[in-house]
Amino acid sequence: MEQFTGKVWVLGDDIDTDIIIPTEYLALKTIEDMKQYGFSPLRPELAAQIQPGDIIVAGKNFGCGSSREQAPEVIKALGIRCIIAGSFARIFFRNSINNGLLLIEQNDLHDYVQEGDTVTVTVNQDVDHNGQKFPIASLPENLVEIINAGGLVKAMRRRNGLAE
Amino acid sequence: MGQTIIEKIISHNIGAESVKPGDIVTVQVDRVMLDDIMIPFIVAKFEEMGFPQVWDADKVVLIYDHLVPASQQDDTRHYKIGDAFAEKYGIQNLHRSDGICHQLMTEAGYVKPGDAVFGTDSHTTTYGCVGAFSTGIGYTEMAAILGTGTLWVKVPETIRVQIDGKLPEGVMSKDVILRLIGDLGADGATYRCLEFTGSAVEQMTVSSRMTMANMAIEAGAKCAVFTPDEKTAEYCGIQLDDFQKSLTGDSDAVYAQTLIYQAEDFEPVMACPSQVDKIRSVKELEGTIIDQVFIGSCTNGRLEDLKVAADVLKGKKVADFVKLIVTPASRKVYEEAAAQGILKTLAEAGAIITHPGCGLCCGRTGGILSDGERVVATNNRNFLGRMGTSKVEIYLASPATAAACAAAGRIVSAGQEA
Repeated sequence: MEQFTGKVWVLGDDIDTDIIIPTEYLALKTIEDMKQYGFSPLRPELAAQIQPGDIIVAGKNFGCGSSREQAPEVIKALGIRCIIAGSFARIFFRNSINNGLLLIEQNDLHDYVQEGDTVTVTVNQDVDHNGQKFPIASLPENLVEIINAGGLVKAMRRRNGLAE
Repeated sequence: MGQTIIEKIISHNIGAESVKPGDIVTVQVDRVMLDDIMIPFIVAKFEEMGFPQVWDADKVVLIYDHLVPASQQDDTRHYKIGDAFAEKYGIQNLHRSDGICHQLMTEAGYVKPGDAVFGTDSHTTTYGCVGAFSTGIGYTEMAAILGTGTLWVKVPETIRVQIDGKLPEGVMSKDVILRLIGDLGADGATYRCLEFTGSAVEQMTVSSRMTMANMAIEAGAKCAVFTPDEKTAEYCGIQLDDFQKSLTGDSDAVYAQTLIYQAEDFEPVMACPSQVDKIRSVKELEGTIIDQVFIGSCTNGRLEDLKVAADVLKGKKVADFVKLIVTPASRKVYEEAAAQGILKTLAEAGAIITHPGCGLCCGRTGGILSDGERVVATNNRNFLGRMGTSKVEIYLASPATAAACAAAGRIVSAGQEA
């Protein structure tokens, strides 16, 4: 079973996509240009502090708001390994899966974890925080297929007989 | 067993007897909407996927609205990429400055009752106003639809919202949907469909229904649907066929939740900074000094909205320290409002009337606010930083309330602004 450990950044409920990446930066040419502005309305310093492999733990309704796919792409570009939240907004959920950003629904962890703590995720099984295990569900099969293909673009390239 | 409206649309689409919530199915897409902000990303993903052509050029609609007219140096790049894409793949449905995508999709007849429609903007839920299944998706999924004409969806559970009776004077459908979002919470309808029914809903214009379907996403909903009726048929310029006429929720359909309201109980409300579900009665907020008012957007920038605002402001003046920005949702709305003297009334009251488009709603063009300023706005989101800095306070309201506030220079109920 795939397992990884990461340092935690804690965010609240209803982290919307305007917070994740404000509209004024959406027309920048690349995700690399945008990522420095990630979370800027809420925590302007956060994007520079995130290290590859870090994990975001948040409350309910993460990613609510607009359909902008730049939101999960910016989070992935910042190096976030996965997001563990009480719940996710649906468009953000689909966009994340399609870009290979792992999302985990876990309702209780947010109440226990402090920023700077480390957690260990065992995919499709649980999240371990200081020895306390928080169970997590398995993803539906059709989503696992997209993730296993390496995202939707690669899945479509394969469909069209192109090299990945 | 009976079915909800969305179950009927999806089962008809896939040629099944019935579907149930949780089923994962592949739908045939009737129309797609691509907006200017996302076009460069969609095109890049589409080309990377390696499709030789789009599945059906007639079903593809490109709309430039968020970035029109350009407010930043690189904005015109989006038009160029869109123009080249349309040229290369033979896409005729291209709107370069006709107004907001969601307004155009219904107004220009691209969406019909019972259709399955997807767009790269979250307010694509709007087309449920004519009884279509429509929702927002990201640019990678849009690229995949452009190649395949299909999308996988999970059949949503339905929340039935029944509103009977007659709305009080001065209460608009915006007040109804804001109250509902407050009651459900910003995630109260996540993954679900909102099905609106009842005599108050039947009395509403298609435009008023559009306001409610538009904001369904603010409660997290996947989609919202209204039963198509004679008003819908007239708006769409069609005769309803048997399938379209069948789009009502069956009495024995299974609902996740049913909410019943009496229309007479509604009152003017606002969503307070900075959550769409932080709903307060306008009466409770009266006296709060404001700096700006915005009347426009795909939520409330239609002819009836501008007319209500003009009726409130006729013979009055906007407070001298307030900027009132009015942005018609489309060129057609603009022309009709001009022809009916609505724009003249608003201009005489001191409004700044802008080109049709998304305008200030997404914080991209004229009217951006700064720390400590307050705006009353008729659009759909009051998120942190949406219309300027993160210390701007955004109050969402109906056009009637917004116009009254503009005249008073502070939050007031319509009728109290003199």
